[in-house]
Amino acid sequence: MDLSTTYLGLKLKHPLMPGASPLADDLGSVRRLEDAGASAIVLRSLFEEQITRERLADEMHVRAHEHAFAEALTYLPSPDEFVFGPDRYLEQVRRIKEMVGVPVIASLNGTTPLGWTSYAAEMQAAGADALELNFYHVATEERESGADVERRLLETVRLVKTSVSIPVAVKLSPFFSSLPNLAHRLDEVGADGLVLFNRFYQPDIEPDTLETVPRLALSTSSDLLLRLRWLAILSGRVRASLAATGGVHTGIDALKAIMAGADAVQIVAALLEHGPGYLAIVLSDLERWLDAHEYASLRQAQGSMNLMRSPDPQAFERGNYMRILQSWPASPLSS
Amino acid sequence: MARRWITVDGNEATASVAHRTNEVIAIYPITPSSNMGEFADEWSAKGRRNIWGIVPEVIEMQSEGGASGAVHGALQAGALATTFTASQGLLLMIPNLYKIAGELTSYAMHVSARTLATHALSIFGDHSDVMACRQTGVALLCSGSVQEAHDLALVAQAATLRARVPFLHFFDGFRTSHEVSKIEELADDDLHDMIPDELVAAHRARALSPDRPVIRGTAQNPDAFFQAREACNQFYDVCPDIVQETFDRFAARVGRQYHLFDYVGHPQAERVVVMMGSGAEAAHETVIRLVAEGQKVGLIKVRLYRPFSIAAFAASLPPTVRSIAVLDRTKEPGAVGEPLYVDVVSALVEARVAGLVAPAFAPLVIGGRYGLSSKEFTPAQVNAVLDELSASRPKPHFTVGIMDDVTHLSLKVDPSFEIESTARGLVRAVFFGLGSDGTVGANKNSIKIIGEETDNFAQGYFVYDSKKAGAITISHLRFGPKPIQSSYLVQRASFVACHQYEFMDKYDVLGYAEPGAVFLLNAPFSPEQVWDELSSEVQEQIIEKRVKFYVIDGYSVARDAGMGTRINTIMQTCFFAISGVLPKDEAIRKIKEAIKKTYGKRGEQVVQANYAAVDQALAHLHEVPVPARVSAGRRMPPVVSDDAPDFVKRVTAVMMANKGDLLPVSAFPVDGTWPSGTTKWEKRNIAAEIPQWDESICIQCNKCALVCPHAAIRAKVYPSDTLEGSPSTFKSMDFKGNEFKGQKYTIQVAPEDCTGCTLCVMVCPAKDKSNPKHKSLDMVPQRPLRESEAANYEFFLNLPEVDRTAIKSDIKGTQFLQPLFEYSGACAGCGETPYIKLVTQLFGDRTMIANATGCSSIYGANLPTTPYTVNCEGRGPAWSNSLFEDNAEFGLGLRLAVDKHADQARDLVKRLAGGGVIGDALASGLLAADQTSEAGIQAQRARVVELKKAIAGRTDNDATRLQQLADYLVVKSVWIVGGDGWAYDIGYGGLDHVLSTGRNVNVLVLDTEVYSNTGGQQSKATPMGAAAKFATAGKATQKKDLALMAMAYGNVYVAHVAFGAKDAQTVRAIVDAESYPGASIVIAYSHCIAHGYDLAFGLEQQKLAVDSGHWPLFRFDPRRNSLGENPLVLESGAAKIDLRKYVRNESRYSMVEQATPERFKELLDAAQEGNRQRFAMYETLAAKRETTK
Repeated sequence: MDLSTTYLGLKLKHPLMPGASPLADDLGSVRRLEDAGASAIVLRSLFEEQITRERLADEMHVRAHEHAFAEALTYLPSPDEFVFGPDRYLEQVRRIKEMVGVPVIASLNGTTPLGWTSYAAEMQAAGADALELNFYHVATEERESGADVERRLLETVRLVKTSVSIPVAVKLSPFFSSLPNLAHRLDEVGADGLVLFNRFYQPDIEPDTLETVPRLALSTSSDLLLRLRWLAILSGRVRASLAATGGVHTGIDALKAIMAGADAVQIVAALLEHGPGYLAIVLSDLERWLDAHEYASLRQAQGSMNLMRSPDPQAFERGNYMRILQSWPASPLSS
Repeated sequence: MARRWITVDGNEATASVAHRTNEVIAIYPITPSSNMGEFADEWSAKGRRNIWGIVPEVIEMQSEGGASGAVHGALQAGALATTFTASQGLLLMIPNLYKIAGELTSYAMHVSARTLATHALSIFGDHSDVMACRQTGVALLCSGSVQEAHDLALVAQAATLRARVPFLHFFDGFRTSHEVSKIEELADDDLHDMIPDELVAAHRARALSPDRPVIRGTAQNPDAFFQAREACNQFYDVCPDIVQETFDRFAARVGRQYHLFDYVGHPQAERVVVMMGSGAEAAHETVIRLVAEGQKVGLIKVRLYRPFSIAAFAASLPPTVRSIAVLDRTKEPGAVGEPLYVDVVSALVEARVAGLVAPAFAPLVIGGRYGLSSKEFTPAQVNAVLDELSASRPKPHFTVGIMDDVTHLSLKVDPSFEIESTARGLVRAVFFGLGSDGTVGANKNSIKIIGEETDNFAQGYFVYDSKKAGAITISHLRFGPKPIQSSYLVQRASFVACHQYEFMDKYDVLGYAEPGAVFLLNAPFSPEQVWDELSSEVQEQIIEKRVKFYVIDGYSVARDAGMGTRINTIMQTCFFAISGVLPKDEAIRKIKEAIKKTYGKRGEQVVQANYAAVDQALAHLHEVPVPARVSAGRRMPPVVSDDAPDFVKRVTAVMMANKGDLLPVSAFPVDGTWPSGTTKWEKRNIAAEIPQWDESICIQCNKCALVCPHAAIRAKVYPSDTLEGSPSTFKSMDFKGNEFKGQKYTIQVAPEDCTGCTLCVMVCPAKDKSNPKHKSLDMVPQRPLRESEAANYEFFLNLPEVDRTAIKSDIKGTQFLQPLFEYSGACAGCGETPYIKLVTQLFGDRTMIANATGCSSIYGANLPTTPYTVNCEGRGPAWSNSLFEDNAEFGLGLRLAVDKHADQARDLVKRLAGGGVIGDALASGLLAADQTSEAGIQAQRARVVELKKAIAGRTDNDATRLQQLADYLVVKSVWIVGGDGWAYDIGYGGLDHVLSTGRNVNVLVLDTEVYSNTGGQQSKATPMGAAAKFATAGKATQKKDLALMAMAYGNVYVAHVAFGAKDAQTVRAIVDAESYPGASIVIAYSHCIAHGYDLAFGLEQQKLAVDSGHWPLFRFDPRRNSLGENPLVLESGAAKIDLRKYVRNESRYSMVEQATPERFKELLDAAQEGNRQRFAMYETLAAKRETTK
């Protein structure tokens, strides 16, 4: 079965790869991912805040105590031993690149077109075959309009694109008013791919202590539905290649994403739950289904259920909302 | 190989040679030599090799005694070995110096000479330590500058291999060890050339080896010892010649010529000074100047003090000399004179006898002391000494540099005599900064820029504060076309900068400015406003000295450039822009290059932020038009309030104003005894923000008061009628609870003493239910509240103290007790001081404290002001520091004396009761008193008053003695306080012994897991995986379990506490430990700046330390045995969270993870497993039932 696909201009033997996550932090698990057949390795994101915060923390809490007291000019071993986050990250890119034969995709997470974007070029120099730019933005400013946010995103992508020659994918959140319009403009500034969607880790509230606490809930297959809709809407309409991320747990999940238009399918939660080797199971399930249903190649299924080709395009549009609402059983209270 | 010019301090210059010419380096941290060991360790950690291609082994020992023992062994086994030390550390090495010398061992060690502790400790420089070694048989070779320290480190190593006499190479602590200077670096080839391989081979051939065994270290009897001791004489006889030959070979290769005694001055000099060390550089400059003015004066710089070459000395003296002043940087009370003086006198006599000088050559010799504890030694003092030699009757013994109005030994010095302001092309700059604002770092950077990128010579010397929070730094920089010899502070500055506006009202900043100087002020005012904000004293100086005045609002620029509160780059840019030391554009380019070099690794954003800061600095730097007349309506505020005691006003305040040098001898106590409680007069106002109390949501838990490191937030409960006359903004609420029903309650901040650490806000559990961001304590700007809260605090202090007998020993109760340890110089957010403060609250009025040297002795007793104070009855902790290594023994001694006094008092009570002098009821009350409660103690105090009344006026021996001893009938609490460096390492032997005695002492170990005071060197308390100095790659062994070792005695009370994790357990443990009638030890987790994180999160980290299993909480109380219970009670459970959750917040760990992730993982896994096993063992111990009873 020919499962090959093209993602970000990279020829891949199949669409399945681990998504940006701690999976690639450990070289052992990278090796297991490759053994399981991963078609590419995506690294965890290097955060804009990490770059600035580490430096500030060092400046405020280590450097600020130096040269202030006669008996102790410093309190920790020489700081040029200190390796900062970005350097560690680049080193990891280098080591993974040396170790694996598949493409390595580095990931940068930030929302401002500032100096941190220079790391894109360094990631390329370290050997990354492509870059995933995660625009993880939570709007909290009443003065900033949706258009402002989009402008900032486009400017950031444009800046990164001018500093690298490798392909750049943009990982988006679903919270844009008009994704097709945004996708079109991302096409214009040269984005090579769109990754749908990043997941916001939601803070929870602890009533006893009046504190907010982070909650990390892994995705389930039900999270996939949102991705399917937007993949289907964008598929065939944008130049950029498309990747699904969030909610792919089985071969059938992967298949659905492909049918909706994904060129690549990223898996995280299932691999964190079942281990890197699980990727091989998803892959063989996908292949088995295609075989059983007499598909000649994966390409045959790619985008087959997108908005343009779906026999029931309304399902992805507004009509679906109405139908689901009407089919929902009335609650016992209102009956 | 071409030689490089480098800008380094004396320690680095010395270590550079020592590291390249040795194989084994055993060290122990002590100021000011610690950095030499740190450099060596760092270089070895990076794999830097010596001239034979070997990475030297650097090992930290448990004490200097240990280091010298290890070195002795390494030398005996044929290695080239060295060590670095100073002061008391050198004293601990003396036994081995005798051995090493007696065995004629080739060995060069390096000492940054430091004052020995006598009436007081001093970290600063003089020769008292090295002079204590002159009888050991080591050669004493002295350097006077950074370049010389570099050169003579090599000469010492080369000469010892030839001479077989061991060498102690020394230079002045701080003045040379910490002076940054541009020097020519010796290349490896130079070193190799000076140390021929055959000499190394000969050293190896003398080593102990089982392949050719010999015996060394025999015991000898009267028949042999004397002759055998004399057998080494020839080696000493030829040693000076070997040193001179080595100097000559060095000169031939490198070009700098030294002599055993270097003469400088007029060839027909009549008056000559003899001295050694950095002071000789100031003397050199002065003599050259005076000779140029036609005076027949000279100077002899002593290089090789031991063995003393009479011939070389005699040859160095011009035959025209009529009088000699010998200057010693040490004091030898009771001696004929100080050592160099005595040697010079005898040398002259012997030279005459030996015919080395003309028979009639008999100059007058006088001797003087100068420069003790780094007291400034200036050209004016040199001039005064030379003047004294011209006097008709010179003082045979004198001091210079102080005013001795008691024994009148001091010379009069003309303060207007100076030579630097006329030196051609010499830029002299003085900078006032805060420790935390990066001023010193930026200045070191400027020196590097000028020193290494231009032809100019550069020198920097930095004066630091004794306080650790809000510390002031004063940088003294010189730049010029010629090598800079001025070994003293800048006196006439052509550029003065004040990086903190508040200093203008505290210090005489412009006192340093010469006429026409440039003055740069960082102030939150525009160029139009700033003049009106200055005091009249400052305005007067600006006008009189025709100062060119510039202002910048550095903090605004820093904030806007995204630099937070770091103004270092901004102020450095301004310096280059207006000082004229380099052409402005060139300087700015070089600063930017330096920024790229420093921050390049951290990304373009950081570099750009710094570049922006540079550009913005230039844009916001303004010259201030100086009016012709003083217009200020205010004078500088007084240093201390008018209410301060006379001594504080007369003495302490002068030191606080940075003018302590002006105090005469008569101002000082003769024996190092100082009054308690003086920090209260030093209103430092260092917090930008202070906590503000909202009583409407306060739950009265008193946790804020407990965690405050500086006793700057306090709780009080008091009768409501005492509120009368309170200031209008004074806050008060009804006391919640039954103990003090109907009374009022207040949490009050000391606004001028708070350091702004935020620990109280972090611990405050009382949140506003509809706006949880707002708590009962929030941080707010200090300035607007300063006056009103100061008045409130004053009122608060005058409210009556709580009745101690009505207080429960829990968190809330203890925090109503008056702290008798307040406003110390500890770091903002210090994790040690809350424990000490708690001890003083509970037992302070009857406590004696033995304090090991370290952070707690520095913030506990570094002048000018000290934090231990007294209650309204005048009682409070009696505190003393003996040494670092002997603190447990010292504390035991206090206990022994107190017990002996009490025993005698009890005997006398019995005797006088038997004689009918004291009533039976009173006597039996005194003897049988139950003093286990506050009420019991107060009752006993009342009985003692009664007793004293009963025996008042009696003149018989028993009554007189009892009158002196009666106070000891009230129980005394002896506390032995110190850090982990003391308890785990240098003092462990003594601590162990003291615990074994079972005597009633309480040991408080403030465990920061590193040597904090000397800068974060590892101790045996350092945890596995954490980086510390001497464990750069992360400590590879487990933290020593001191608690378990103490528990092994079975009869020692042991507690392991962390107040941030479980404050109630801490309070319980300290109360228990004190009440336990034998030895007790409380090991207290203390967060510290050396851990590398924001100490506002110190309490959080303590919780994580406990929850991760790193720091288990428990109490081991042998008293429980008698109740049939297990003495050990565990008060924290098995690890609840991964150890990583705790360690990842601290740089000491993260830097290891980042440098070597795999190794870090292994270390942390092993640490976690170690913690698990330790806890399992404790669980087993705690579960075991006592069956032997």
